[in-house]
Amino acid sequence: MIWDLHCHLSGVSGRTPDERMAQLIEFANRMGIERICVYMGMHWSSDPKPEDFRQQNDEVIQALSHWHHRAFGFAYLNPKYVKESLAELDRCVRDGPMVGVKLWTAHRCSASELDSIVERAADMKAVIFQHTWFKVEGNLGNESTPLDMAALAGRHPNVPLICGHTGGDWEKGIRAIRPHKNVSVDLAGFDPTAGVTEMALRELGAERIIYGSDAGGRSFASQLGKVFGADIPESARKLILGENLRRMILPILKLKGVSL
Amino acid sequence: MTGLIDVNVTLSRWPFRRLRGDETSALVNKLREHHVVQAWAGTFDGLLHKDISSANARLAEECHAHGRGILLPFGSINPTLPDWEEDLRRCHEVHKMRGIRLHPNYHGYRLGEPIFAKLLAAAADRGLIVQLAVLMEDKRTQHPLLQIAPVDLGPLPELIKQKPGIRLVLLNSLQVIRGDLLLRLVANEQVFFETACLEGLGGIGKLIEQIYARKLLFGSHAPLFYFESALLKLKESVLDESTRKAISAENARRLVL
Ligand SMILES: [Zn+2]
Repeated sequence: MIWDLHCHLSGVSGRTPDERMAQLIEFANRMGIERICVYMGMHWSSDPKPEDFRQQNDEVIQALSHWHHRAFGFAYLNPKYVKESLAELDRCVRDGPMVGVKLWTAHRCSASELDSIVERAADMKAVIFQHTWFKVEGNLGNESTPLDMAALAGRHPNVPLICGHTGGDWEKGIRAIRPHKNVSVDLAGFDPTAGVTEMALRELGAERIIYGSDAGGRSFASQLGKVFGADIPESARKLILGENLRRMILPILKLKGVSL
Repeated sequence: MTGLIDVNVTLSRWPFRRLRGDETSALVNKLREHHVVQAWAGTFDGLLHKDISSANARLAEECHAHGRGILLPFGSINPTLPDWEEDLRRCHEVHKMRGIRLHPNYHGYRLGEPIFAKLLAAAADRGLIVQLAVLMEDKRTQHPLLQIAPVDLGPLPELIKQKPGIRLVLLNSLQVIRGDLLLRLVANEQVFFETACLEGLGGIGKLIEQIYARKLLFGSHAPLFYFESALLKLKESVLDESTRKAISAENARRLVL
C-alpha cells in the first residue's frame, strides 16, 4: 500500500484542476500509488492573501471532486491572516472535504500566530503539514527551518506535526526535530540522496517517517526510490510508504464518518 | 528486462558522508542486482585531490579488481593542475580508459577559458568520451565551507560547434539546463544527457517530447543517489519499447563503441 503525502496541481500539465488531477492519478497508477494528498492551486503563491488561498483551496476541492476514493486535500492557509485562516479551516476541513492543513513559506512556523491554527486543526484531527528547509545560502525571508518546527512542536507536544522535506538538508533536519516525538518527517521534494531514510529510521524510528513526492515538480519515481532503495526492514518500508499516513488520517475520516 | 548501461556512477568516498555503495563491491552488487551490464565510473577523489594521477590509477585498479566486468573507469582530469596532459595520456594509454570526467566547478575554471577548449580538443584527438558533471549535489544542502555553484554551460554550444570530433555527456544537468540552452545543446549531434537529476511527473517522457530520445542516456548518480530512483523513472514514463531500450542501454553502447 502506497500513499503519497505531498502532491500539487502546480507543475502538472493540464489547463484545469480536473485535467491536472487526471494526470497525477495516471502517473500514480503507473507507480502503484493508491492515494495522494493534494494541496495548493494552479499557480504558486508563497504569501497568499485570503482571497488567493480560498481560490487555491477551491481549485483543490474541484480537483478532488471525482477522486475522493483516491485523493485527499489539505487546506492551504497563511498564518499572517489568522482570523481568515481559521475561517478557511472551518470551510474546507470542518464543513468541507479536506483532511489536513498545508503551511508553506508565508510565515515562520515558530511564530505565535500558528498556535490558534494548530489548536483548531488539532480539534478537527486535521493532519498538519509545514514546509521546512535548511538552505546553506539562507532561507527565504519567512521560510521555516526544522528548528522553527521544533519550537512549534515544543508548544504543542500532543499534536502530530509533519516537518516538510525533512528540512531538505536532512542530516540537520532530522537532528532538529529528533527530540520532539510528535513530529514526523516528509521524505518529499529533495534529491534522492542515499542514506536519508536509513538515518531517519535510526534517529526517529519507522513510525515518524512518511513517504511523499512533491509531484508534479518532482517525480513519483525519484522520491519513491528513497524508500525502495533504502536498506531498511520490510516492516519499516510498509510504515513509511503508507501505513503511517493512513494512521494519521484515519481519526479525521472517522470524525467525518468516512470509511476507507 | 534488458541490461542497463548506467553512465553515471562514482567510486571511492564522497567527502561529506559515508555511502552504502562507497565500497566498490557493494556498488557492483547493487548494479548487478538491477541488471546493469555496464557502468561508467568516475571517482569522488577526482573532485578535491591534487594527486589526481593516483586517484585515476586507483579508479582503474578498483574497476579491474572489483568491477566484475561491468565497470568502465572514467578518470578525472583537472586542467588547472600542472602537466594535466600527462594525466590525460595515462588515462588513455596506460589505463585504457574510454573517457574522462570533468568537474569544472570543483576545479575552478569556466568553460569560456582557453584551457577548457584545449582540453576538449586533446580528448577529441584521443577519441575519448568527455563526461562533464554540471553539479554533484543540490547547492542548497552543500557544506557551508564548500559551496560550489553548478557549471555555467553558457559558452558550450559555440565551443562544441568548433570541435567536431568530441562526444560530450553532460552529467547531473537536467535540473539546470532548460529552455533555450537545452535546445541549443540538443541541436548539436555530439552532446548527450543522462537521467540522474531529471525530475517532474513522467520526466523522461516529457523530455523526449523536447529532445531526441537518442540524446538521452540512463544514469543514476549512484551511490550518492539511491539507484532505485533512476530505475523507477524508467517505469514512470510511458515509453515504447524501442525508446526504452535506446535510453536504457543502446544509446550509451553506440557511444562507447
Ligand atoms: Zn511541495
